[in-house]
Amino acid sequence: MSGHSTYEPKNGFERWLDTRLPLLRFANDTIITFPTPKNLNYWYTFGGILSLMLGMQIVTGIILAMHYVPHVDMAFNSVQRIKRDVNFGWLIQGLHANGASMFFLAVYIHMFRNLYYGSYKAPREVLWILGCVIYLLMIGTAFFGYVLPWGQMSFHGAVVITNLIGAIPIVGHAITTWLWGGFAVDDATLNRFFSLHYLLPFMIAGVVGLHIWALHVPGNNNPTGVNVTSTQDTVPFHPYYTVKDGFAISVFLILYAVFVFYLPDALGDAANYIQANPLVTPQHIVPEWYLLPFYAILRAVPNKLAGVILMFGAIATLFVLPWLDTSKVRSLRYRPTMRWYYFIFFLNCIVLGFCGAHAPDDLVIPGVSGLQLGDANINSFVWLSRIAAAYYFAYFWVITPLMGLTETPLAEPESISTPVLSHPAAMLAGAAASPEKRG
Amino acid sequence: MLRKGFALAALGLALLAGPLFAGQALAATTEAEPKDVHWSFEGPLGKFDKAQVQRGYKVYREVCSSCHSMNLMYYRNLAQKGGPFFDPKYAENPNDSPVVKSLAHDIQIKDIDSDTGDAISRPGMPSDRFANPFPNEPAARASNGGALPPDLSVMAKAREGGPAYVYSILTGYTAPPKGMTVPAGKYYNPYMPGDMSSFMAKGMKVPEGGFISMPPPLVDGKVTFDDGTKSTLQNQARDVAAFLAWAADPKAEERKTFGFGAMIYLLIFSVLLYFSYKRIWKNVAH
Repeated sequence: MSGHSTYEPKNGFERWLDTRLPLLRFANDTIITFPTPKNLNYWYTFGGILSLMLGMQIVTGIILAMHYVPHVDMAFNSVQRIKRDVNFGWLIQGLHANGASMFFLAVYIHMFRNLYYGSYKAPREVLWILGCVIYLLMIGTAFFGYVLPWGQMSFHGAVVITNLIGAIPIVGHAITTWLWGGFAVDDATLNRFFSLHYLLPFMIAGVVGLHIWALHVPGNNNPTGVNVTSTQDTVPFHPYYTVKDGFAISVFLILYAVFVFYLPDALGDAANYIQANPLVTPQHIVPEWYLLPFYAILRAVPNKLAGVILMFGAIATLFVLPWLDTSKVRSLRYRPTMRWYYFIFFLNCIVLGFCGAHAPDDLVIPGVSGLQLGDANINSFVWLSRIAAAYYFAYFWVITPLMGLTETPLAEPESISTPVLSHPAAMLAGAAASPEKRG
Repeated sequence: MLRKGFALAALGLALLAGPLFAGQALAATTEAEPKDVHWSFEGPLGKFDKAQVQRGYKVYREVCSSCHSMNLMYYRNLAQKGGPFFDPKYAENPNDSPVVKSLAHDIQIKDIDSDTGDAISRPGMPSDRFANPFPNEPAARASNGGALPPDLSVMAKAREGGPAYVYSILTGYTAPPKGMTVPAGKYYNPYMPGDMSSFMAKGMKVPEGGFISMPPPLVDGKVTFDDGTKSTLQNQARDVAAFLAWAADPKAEERKTFGFGAMIYLLIFSVLLYFSYKRIWKNVAH
């Protein structure tokens, strides 16, 4: 698809430039004429939304950095000063702080869409891995950024997360000290976190460039999961998808604006309005909502090192997913059994998030004293997070490989344009017609 | 099928672990839900009640400020747009507001004589930070039985429940329940997070709440309100909570007004884009 270009220089300057640096040809082939499957639904608009959010975070972040002071005595007040005294500082800070949550919301939808339609499968493995790299960089950036306002949750979150490295045998403590730049999370730590928080978004932008490049070689996957077979199946990116993405972006911005203007603190923790105090530990140290599922996995096992390995393993698993999936059928539209496991997996991730938000010993069903099982009550969040973490890994390492080998998928349409079969309603009718094939 | 499997597994585990049944009570921090208070600044269109915030400032000034600093606040903030003493005449520079000038003038500010370097006290100016009652943390602790009165600048955002929490604490002091041992210099308050289990006599029910080092600061008639509002404990507490809510988020009104315009813009923009989308895709079967 990236092979043949339809660009024709329109005037002398464009011809001159085209033989020296075909910038306009590149832009034309990438965002104007790029052939895109015509059946992409709204779940496919989150790539555009994510590009906007990255731009939003970088622009607001650069302005915030002009006013922020990375010093343990001044950081907290400097953020408050931005909100009080800088012209439109309340807006820029609100866009940035809530923008992080919106960025993660969009990336999670983007990833779940990918899992549902099997977009990680051949020939898009590199595209998927680059996406995982972006996600990993996003987690790092968000963590560093959350430390900067130097509230109680910032500080103690930084202590908890950096201490995880101390779980590495023998060299762990030495590495932690090196990362801190001292013997505790202090001024040196805050300064380097600020530096890294400024660096990583530009690395993300670089990987996003590769991500889009890797997208444009095989082209978009689509909800049917079948390959594009003819020009009948595609429309040019512009104006068809610029307008559809534009509409979706505008709706997404409404949600974003509701938080920025009316619920600016709803996604944050009240304790982060208290200046960091190393001598007072908050009752419950919890990360921001978008990292709660991983926090739950970390705390699911009593051994610290095992918890760290599992938490990183949960992300590392994503990188090898293209080789764990044995099914040739991309879209779960045509895999009725796997679809159920997928929906359970989605709910399971939300359950993990709830587990991360609660203290491990809290009771899941209040008032039911439950049974003591091993080290904890069976009715406690620690057991719920163990069950959910087990399903998380089982989904990728057991269910995904096994289902590809055992299930009988429904018939896929011959092409995107085959109108009857490609419609979800028709697909459901097909499923009901052959119940014996359900796994 | 799968869910049935889970249920069976759970049942199996329950049977195996049956003999280990233990209904132990977990010691944990508790506090009562903040009282339900209605605020004028609630909701997307809510605005601060200027008279209420003015009264609240008076409560802070005459009661709270003898122990609590507000390091993020300057007297000029009181006269800025959205503030309790805002006057459009001085919108350009709130430092010129005569009301705030006189409010600040009544307060002595610690400074240094620029000619001699000696420590002096001088009348405050609108550009001054709210006066700190103590020169440093040890002094603050020494005057308060070892407890540090927290800075109140963002107090209304730094606790779950916000201004309702502030109101509940101020009005929530009650006599300690029977069987509770209250340490010297501490006061029981059901709205203060705490764990009372080790302060109760054996076998007594552990109540919600915790100890607070601040003695009940407000009583009926403590502050005289200039606008004739009855000076009850509830009114004082509600007004000072509203003042702290404003101080914690002085741009709230500007944010909501700006947001209203932004929402209308985005809604119109979305509708236009939707119809553009429908029109462009009209002839594509998808």
